[in-house]
Amino acid sequence: MVQQSFSSVRRLRTLATLPLLGLLAACNQAVLDPAGDVARQQRDIIYISTGLMLVIIVPVMILIVVFAWRYRKGKGGTYDPEFDHSTTLELVIWSAPLLIIIMLGALTWSSTHLLDPFRPLDRVGVGQEATAPAEAPLRVQVVALDWKWLFIYPEQGIATVNELVLPVNREVRFDITSSNMMNTFYAPTMAGMIYAMPGMQSTLHAVLDRPVVSEGFSANYSGAGFSDMRFRLHGVADARFQQWVRQVKQSGRVLDTSSYQRLAQPSERVPAMHFAGVNGDLFQRVVERCVEPGKPCMSELMRHGQSGGHTMTPRGETLPQSDDREGHLIDPSRKTGARPVPGTTVSQPGVISPEAEHDRDLGDTPEAGSRAPAKPKI
Amino acid sequence: MFDQSLAATIFGRLSWESFPLHEPIILGTFIVVVLLGAAIVAAVFKFGLWGWLWREWFTSVDHKKIGIMYIILGIIMLLRGFADALMMRAQQAIAFAGNDGFLPAHHYDQVFSAHGTIMIFFVAIPLVVGLINYVMPLQIGARDVAFPFLNNFSFWMTVAGAVLVMISLFVGEFSTGGWLNYVPVTNLENSPGTGPDYYLWALQIAGVGTTLSAINMVVTIIKMRAPGMTMMKMPVFCWTALCSNVLAIAIFPVLTGAFALLMMDRYVGTNFFTNDLGGNPMLYWNLVWIWGHPEVYVLVLPAFGIYSEITSTFSGKRLFGYTSMVYATVVITILSYLVWLHHFFTMGSGASVNSFFGIATMVISIPTGAKIFNWLFTMYRGSIRFDLPMMWVVAFMLTFVVGGMTGVLLAVPPADFVLHNSLFLVAHFHNVIIGGVVFGLFAGIIYWFPKAFGFHLDPWWGKVGFWGWVIGYWVAWTPIYVVGLMGTTRRVRHFDDPSMQIWFVLAGIGALIILVGILGFVMSIVMGYVKRDQLRDTTGDPWDGRTLEWATSSPPPAYNFAFTPVVHDLDAWYDMKSRGHRRPEGGYLPIHMPRNTGAGLILSALATVLGFAMVWYMWWLAVLSFLGLVVVTIAHTFNYNRDYYIDAADVEREERSHDAALAAGA
Repeated sequence: MVQQSFSSVRRLRTLATLPLLGLLAACNQAVLDPAGDVARQQRDIIYISTGLMLVIIVPVMILIVVFAWRYRKGKGGTYDPEFDHSTTLELVIWSAPLLIIIMLGALTWSSTHLLDPFRPLDRVGVGQEATAPAEAPLRVQVVALDWKWLFIYPEQGIATVNELVLPVNREVRFDITSSNMMNTFYAPTMAGMIYAMPGMQSTLHAVLDRPVVSEGFSANYSGAGFSDMRFRLHGVADARFQQWVRQVKQSGRVLDTSSYQRLAQPSERVPAMHFAGVNGDLFQRVVERCVEPGKPCMSELMRHGQSGGHTMTPRGETLPQSDDREGHLIDPSRKTGARPVPGTTVSQPGVISPEAEHDRDLGDTPEAGSRAPAKPKI
Repeated sequence: MFDQSLAATIFGRLSWESFPLHEPIILGTFIVVVLLGAAIVAAVFKFGLWGWLWREWFTSVDHKKIGIMYIILGIIMLLRGFADALMMRAQQAIAFAGNDGFLPAHHYDQVFSAHGTIMIFFVAIPLVVGLINYVMPLQIGARDVAFPFLNNFSFWMTVAGAVLVMISLFVGEFSTGGWLNYVPVTNLENSPGTGPDYYLWALQIAGVGTTLSAINMVVTIIKMRAPGMTMMKMPVFCWTALCSNVLAIAIFPVLTGAFALLMMDRYVGTNFFTNDLGGNPMLYWNLVWIWGHPEVYVLVLPAFGIYSEITSTFSGKRLFGYTSMVYATVVITILSYLVWLHHFFTMGSGASVNSFFGIATMVISIPTGAKIFNWLFTMYRGSIRFDLPMMWVVAFMLTFVVGGMTGVLLAVPPADFVLHNSLFLVAHFHNVIIGGVVFGLFAGIIYWFPKAFGFHLDPWWGKVGFWGWVIGYWVAWTPIYVVGLMGTTRRVRHFDDPSMQIWFVLAGIGALIILVGILGFVMSIVMGYVKRDQLRDTTGDPWDGRTLEWATSSPPPAYNFAFTPVVHDLDAWYDMKSRGHRRPEGGYLPIHMPRNTGAGLILSALATVLGFAMVWYMWWLAVLSFLGLVVVTIAHTFNYNRDYYIDAADVEREERSHDAALAAGA
């Protein structure tokens, strides 16, 4: 009997691995074939977690089949109708999953912190430490429009639609928002996704570590044109990137308020577009929902609400000055705990410095608490 | 008022354009539905069944009949929801490269929204509530539920919601915002049409039914158990029903609140979930998922209960680890409140928050795993009879562990960052809902069908249904897992990469195999009825059961038990049988019963009219129907003719006929 069940177990194991192999062979795209360090680590976590769980899933599946076969009626297996408790077995069946979950939990805690999209990268590739602080990450501002992607390169002073060109081996910091719908910004070969939300700003740090031509898209349904809300992602060498920037600068068109408003109108299957110039504060005004001339920005509304609410203010308390453009509630660096924008300094008391070693430490609670970037601004 | 035309005052925004006469698919469906409906109505007239339907079914407060009506509702809506599924599968299988498929975006978006809404709210919930309604009072040895009229009212309110969803197919449109009607897609400025309003009113009205039904079931389980049945002697199915309904009471008000806020946004111009003026769409997502995740357990816990009952019965053994099974159920109930954020790790809540919710989610897999092991060791040293219900259980165990595994994988935030909203996710939740909930519901329906009707379902067609579903499930959803791992997103209408088409074609074939499964199940009912004399159960205990519902006749009399049973052991009926139980021979007493009432149906009809009037801005009709609701409710409170007694002689006659059937069978 024992021998027979062993042989059936072996047979089952072989059978069980076949579809898995087929599955793995079939998957050679995007998620499982990354071109960036972040996406690669995320893929590895999928493999490790799946492996850990198979340690318990495979024996369980085999036992189900073996028990169902061996104890079927009339087979002559031991029949013990009163067997309904065994402390040893109970211990095993609670502790075996518990052990797996403890291991997975540890993996989850550390990897979630390490791969937090709001956190600057430690490295741009295996064995390659992060670029020296002098070489700041490339900044790209992403606006999800209905239904296309606008990319603003603030340092280069250019903008594109549905085309994202990035230099390889250089950290990129994306600041992401949306004009109307909730979308997710997702380029599977580069890194995991993050929501693009109206009136809010989220951040993603990523890197491409080999030249690549692939696709990005919104992974959150956002209305009629959602299926075609796709952009081309080109990873190119740095020299090629500079050349591309010069090319875009020669395109002639400029993205100002009125052309942005035209662009923001719903449209589908929009071909790639280039803009040689862009308003420096456009992204901030999209986030604050005040691109339209005359519409008050969210931070102004907030101040208005504060100063208007006299009954709510304790007597004698000073209200923020209305010409204070960077009100403390909307200071993005404080909100996101992100790397400060080059050229600006974050020196208010109580503000953490993400560059500092202690802020890169996983267990550091002030840092963890400060990572609440997608909070509403009002 | 004066500058509005008369038509707009009467019909609100309803006009000829509201009827999708230019959409051939909808028009064709409409004609088929009208013809079928006319045929059914004509048949009812021809055989003079109106009185019978009204007296015996529609106005019935008998938990057994209400349970059966819930299940009929669920099966009808399953056909509608599955038609939507076939359309999506067909669209995705052909819409590649240049081909746009046959569904334009506006139609496709309604189809996937309606599919999810119907499958959860009007298929899974009615089937689960129906089974609990039917079985639970019998298992605890009660005459009926605690509030029989409320039960009837709850059922009809669920029907009202389903009717509104069905009306939206032919008059106006349905929501395009996904099964949870997400803002900002459903904000007034992005969706000025009637779709989100149909969704909101349908679910608010059905939600009244679900919430009240949950309260009813909890009170019944707490207060009406047979003497001797302590909580820890209660069948596991009742435990899971209790936990499921406690969960429902806790979460449905949240959903009602979220929908009410969105209604105010859409009707009176508040800014709870708008993009501007301080509104915040994220708030809506949090609220609906605080409902949404526990809802999964509202559905799957009773299914776990069904598996427990069936495994124990067909293994001919006591359930292994009853106590740990109960604790596992309670632990899952509590933990399910603490995991909603895993539905949007990628919104950027920060690493610590994400880790907390991720690990909390994984922790749920520990009690769930313990349950799987408990069923496993119930089979161990058993004498397993592989009748259809047990086949479903084994198929469930093998299918569900895979869904559990992918679920835990999705709970790891860095993995979720690449798999969120992908088809991998869609495959995962279909894996647990089909493999967990639906398999359980079929197992339960087949298991308790002879109890409800006195004859078995046709086993051959039942096997067709079983293999259709199980094979179809794997053929349909394995490819979806694969394309999900390739990075394909859900709710996409057409694709560019032709190399993926083969996977969607496979998935479409799988859906057709599931169709065979559904038809097989329907045929097993039809052929069971045709061959009911061969498939008759005269014993009341066709499976050699262990719990109290098998102690009475099949179908049970209106009063369930002539004498309330006294419970000494967990498997009460098994205990009674092994101690040489004999049926009582006399001393019958009159039995106090609740009387039927049409108030529930009338209230539900008025609620349907109210919902329809609000959707179309027919304010006068809304006011009238609302006043009607108030008046009927108050009038019903003055109805003192609510109960009656079944004579002792009638009880005796009923019990004698069961005795005779037993003697004839023996």
